[in-house]
Amino acid sequence: MKYILMMNCPKTGYETFGAMPQKDIQAHIGFMVGFAKALSESGELVAAEGLASPQEAKIVRAGKDGAPITDGVFPEAKEFLAGYWIVDVESPEQAYRIAARASAAPGIGGAPMNMAIEVRQVMSGPPPEML
Amino acid sequence: MSQASWDAGSEHLLRELAPQVLGAVIRRFRDFAAVEDAVQEALVAAAVQWPREGLPDNPRAWLIQVASRRMTDHVRSEVARRRRETEVALQADQVAPAADAAQDSGHDDTLILLFMCCHDVLTPASAIALTLRAVGGLTTAEIAKAFLVPEATMAQRISRAKRDIKTSGVPFRLPTTEERVQRLRVVLHVLYLIFNEGYTTSAGPELQRLELSREAIRLTRAVYHLLPDDAEVAGLLALMLLTDARRAARSGPEGELIPLTRQDRTLWDRSEIAEGVALLTATLPKGSLGPYQLQAAIAAVHDEAEGAGETDWPQILALYDLLKRMSPNPMVRLNHAIAAAMVHGPAAGLELLDGLDADGGLKGHHRLDAVRAHLLELAGERDAAVANYLAAAGRSTSLPERNYLMTQAARLRES
Repeated sequence: MKYILMMNCPKTGYETFGAMPQKDIQAHIGFMVGFAKALSESGELVAAEGLASPQEAKIVRAGKDGAPITDGVFPEAKEFLAGYWIVDVESPEQAYRIAARASAAPGIGGAPMNMAIEVRQVMSGPPPEML
Repeated sequence: MSQASWDAGSEHLLRELAPQVLGAVIRRFRDFAAVEDAVQEALVAAAVQWPREGLPDNPRAWLIQVASRRMTDHVRSEVARRRRETEVALQADQVAPAADAAQDSGHDDTLILLFMCCHDVLTPASAIALTLRAVGGLTTAEIAKAFLVPEATMAQRISRAKRDIKTSGVPFRLPTTEERVQRLRVVLHVLYLIFNEGYTTSAGPELQRLELSREAIRLTRAVYHLLPDDAEVAGLLALMLLTDARRAARSGPEGELIPLTRQDRTLWDRSEIAEGVALLTATLPKGSLGPYQLQAAIAAVHDEAEGAGETDWPQILALYDLLKRMSPNPMVRLNHAIAAAMVHGPAAGLELLDGLDADGGLKGHHRLDAVRAHLLELAGERDAAVANYLAAAGRSTSLPERNYLMTQAARLRES
């Protein structure tokens, strides 16, 4: 079964992250690279992506003629999706364990950041038989 | 070299020989990962040489010889690299019989390999991947595509599986009489999972996964030829054929699910049904009844009904009674409740569902909600049925199924 692990960060998260000491930033990046590699080696990684800063984000809606109408990110949004992993695992518990590992990514002074990771199952195919 | 020419059949020959050669060379050298590389090289060599020079007189022996030569080279270089391994390597060479000595046990080797790949030490996902790779001869890329994961991830899953087998010290031999029932149960379960993986997700845009069911049928057929007297092997093969026969009818043009009772039965594959029924007819009188034979028998009753209205529900209920006694898992009990409702009316089925809810077997499971919705609808309790369809849709983790359940709720609300 596949799960998506969504790493959300507060709107201010990117600036906070950018203000961290260099060695902490490098440790964090090193952790993320190693984390994806470990998931690939355990045969569980389906996909992993990090997203660009929310400053670049646009909200898009279709206009009357179907043309895109873009808008900035709504100011009231407090959290943004910073990145995600999709893993293929044997149980939800294993997905939670992986999420906890991601949550403990090192921050300032190497202390675990304990970020909130939203875990949701990815929809799969239909069941064997239905009446 | 004989004059036999290279044709499309030769490709099949290579695929059929691959697990036999792998088995024979593992028997001698043990190191699963290294042997697989050596066999791959031998297969590549064959694909290059045979079309040009014709088939060798004994293709299997040719492949074993080439792969063994590669392995000997591999062992020598390992020895040179780490002197302390010398003793072990020499020992293996002296103690194990030469690959040629096992000349006529090619079919046993396929079976041993299958027992090795479908072993308790592996998780189901690993056993499935390794079986498709080592016994089925699919490429890592093909397996990765079938399971919708990146090739690198699948490659790691397969090599971890090989490592786990190596470190667990599973011996390369057929299981003993005492182990046999349990070990064969694991093999059949893995084949069943491969079939289901392909069958359940072949709707809509994921047609490439069809290959998995075909592969599962091919492998199960091979096991059946190796163990023709085992009733459960025959039962599983029959179950796959009788289920696969309905494939074309079970989803609509947009990949939407069509339940059994509303399928266009002219789309069912008559030859698969005939083969499955013949297998069952030959097997059931043998007396050692098991869950796969029972499930196949239930599938056969559905397949042989002219229309949904002509389904012999009393017989299906009797078969589920037997199956429930043999393997009383919640899904069997759920299907038993449906059969009971079809024979004795929806109230009888709903009562059985209450039992499933109460003892926690399926509490909170969307299938329980979905079946309850269906039976409530049959009982004419529209509002309760709508509520249960929606509850089931909310809990389903399958997109086509959720779409189906939401549509059912909407249809009923507007009726």
